[in-house]
Amino acid sequence: MKKLINKPEDVVVEELHGIEAAHPDLVKVHYEPNYIVRADAPVKGKVALVSGGGSGHEPMHGGFVGLGMLDAACPGAVFTSPTPDQMLEATKAVNGGAGVLHIVKNYTGDIMNFEMAADLARGDGVEVESVVTNDDVAVKDSLYTAGRRGVGITVIVEKIAGAAAERKHSLKEVADIARQVNDNGRSMGMALTSCTVPHAGKPTFELGDDEMEIGIGIHGEPGRTRMKLKTVHEIVEMMASAIVDDLPYKSGDQVLAFVNGMGGTPLIELYVVYNELHNFLKGRGIKIARNLIGSYITSLEMAGCSITLLELDDQLQALWDAPVKTPGMRWGA
Amino acid sequence: MTISRDAVLDWLKAFAATINENAAYLTQLDSDIGDGDHGANMNRGMQAVLTALPGVADKDVGSIFKTVGMKLVSTVGGASGPLYGTMFMQMGNATAGKMELTLDDWVAAVQAGYDGVIMRGKAQPGDKTMVDALTPGLAALKGQRDNGAAIPEALNAAAAATRQGMEATIPLVARKGRASYLGERSANHQDPGATSSYYLMKTAAETWK
Repeated sequence: MKKLINKPEDVVVEELHGIEAAHPDLVKVHYEPNYIVRADAPVKGKVALVSGGGSGHEPMHGGFVGLGMLDAACPGAVFTSPTPDQMLEATKAVNGGAGVLHIVKNYTGDIMNFEMAADLARGDGVEVESVVTNDDVAVKDSLYTAGRRGVGITVIVEKIAGAAAERKHSLKEVADIARQVNDNGRSMGMALTSCTVPHAGKPTFELGDDEMEIGIGIHGEPGRTRMKLKTVHEIVEMMASAIVDDLPYKSGDQVLAFVNGMGGTPLIELYVVYNELHNFLKGRGIKIARNLIGSYITSLEMAGCSITLLELDDQLQALWDAPVKTPGMRWGA
Repeated sequence: MTISRDAVLDWLKAFAATINENAAYLTQLDSDIGDGDHGANMNRGMQAVLTALPGVADKDVGSIFKTVGMKLVSTVGGASGPLYGTMFMQMGNATAGKMELTLDDWVAAVQAGYDGVIMRGKAQPGDKTMVDALTPGLAALKGQRDNGAAIPEALNAAAAATRQGMEATIPLVARKGRASYLGERSANHQDPGATSSYYLMKTAAETWK
C-alpha cells in the first residue's frame, strides 16, 4: 500500500485538521465527537441540513459545508458510518430553531446510526426530519436486499435542499424538495480498479488489467457484474440506458447530467464520458439543461466513474443555480 | 452455580481479546462480501469498552452491560455499532440491579439482546446476518435451561449451536447489509457478523466453566 498518510488510525483527524487550516472562513471543526459546521452556525430561523457518512468520499460530505449547502457534516472512519453521538452534537450545534434535516444515504449502518441520533435529538426537543437517498439502479431486487444505495444524487440533494433552506422554506418544504430530487434522480457507477482502505492495507477486490466492474457502490464493494473492458461508447450506453429506462426519462425531458469521478480518474476521461453521454441523451431526445463534471463523491483512489441524471423543473433548476460557497462547490457567491 | 459480576467482567475482557486476535480474519471475511471494516471497527469498540470497564467494576451487571452498549454505539460505527450497542443496552435492561446472574437471568439477558438486534436491524433468520448465529444459540440455551442443565453445560451447547449457525451462513445469499448488493455472489462466504456473534457465545462458555 502506497498512500500519503502517516498512520491509518490518524487519517480522518489529520484530514480534519487540514480542512480547519484551509477554510477557516467557511467552516469550523469540532473534535471528539468529530463534526464540521459552517462558520456562522447556527443560522437563526433557517432549516439546518446535517449529513454524514464514512470518510473516503471527499469532497462529500465535509467539503459541502457552507452557505447554500450543508450546515454540518459528520465524518466516520473510512467507509464506516459515523456514530449517533456525533450526529446528535452536530444537530444541536446547527439548530437555528427551524428544525434540522438529516440527509442519509441508504446503507444499513448509516440508516441505523441516524435513526438512533434522530430519536435522541427529538428527545432533546429538536425537530428532525430525515430524507434517505437511494438512486443506484445497479441494485435490483430491492425487496431482497438492503435496497438501492444512495450515491451520486446525494450531492445534488445537498445542493438543492441547501438552496431551499437558504430561501427560508420550512422543514417540511425542504424535506419534500429533497425527496423530489431523490425520486427523480438515478445513478450508476463502474470501476476500472479497486481501492485500498487504509487500515485493510490491500485492495478490497482484485480486477484484471482487461476487466471492469459494472454497478459498483462507493465503498469498494464489488458490483453486480464483471466483464472485459469495452469502449467508452459501449460503457456509457450500458450505464445510461439502465438509468434512462429505470425512471424512465423521456424524450423532451430536461435533465441535470452529473459525470462523477470515483477518485482515481482524471478529468480528461470524465469529459470523454460526458461527450458520450451527451450524444446518447441527444439520441433519446433528452436535453441536458445543467451539468456537473468532476470528482465529488469518490471511493478513495478507485478509478472509474458514475453517471447521475436528475429530471429538472423550473424550481429545481433555479435552486441548482442559486449561490453556493463551500470548500468543494462554489458559484454565485 | 451463578455467574458473578467479576465473571461478567472477565467474559467481556475475553471477548475483547478474541476480537483483537481475530480482527484481521473478521476484516478478511468482510472484504469478501462487504466493505472490509468489521474487524477494525469491532476491535476499536471493544478496546474502548476495556478502558470504560474500571469505571463500572463496582456496579451491577445491568450498569456494566449498558456502559458496554453505549461505548459500542459511540465508537464502532457502521451497522455493527448500533446492532451490538443495542444488544448490550437491552441486556443491561434485562439485568438491571443484579450483582450475579443465574442461568435464568442469562437466558433473559440473551433473549433481550437478541430482540434488540431484531428491532434495530430488522433481519430475519436466513438473511445471512448475525441473527443466523444467534437464533440457534439462543434456542439451544433455552432448551438446556428447560432440561435443568448446569451453567457450563448450557453455555457449551449454546456455543456449539451458535457455531453451527455461523457455519450455516456460508451457502446463504445475503438479503441484508452491504453483502446483499452482491446477490448470488454473496454465497459461499461466511458472514462476518455471525462470526463475531459466535465469539460472544464461545468466550462466555470458555469463561464461565
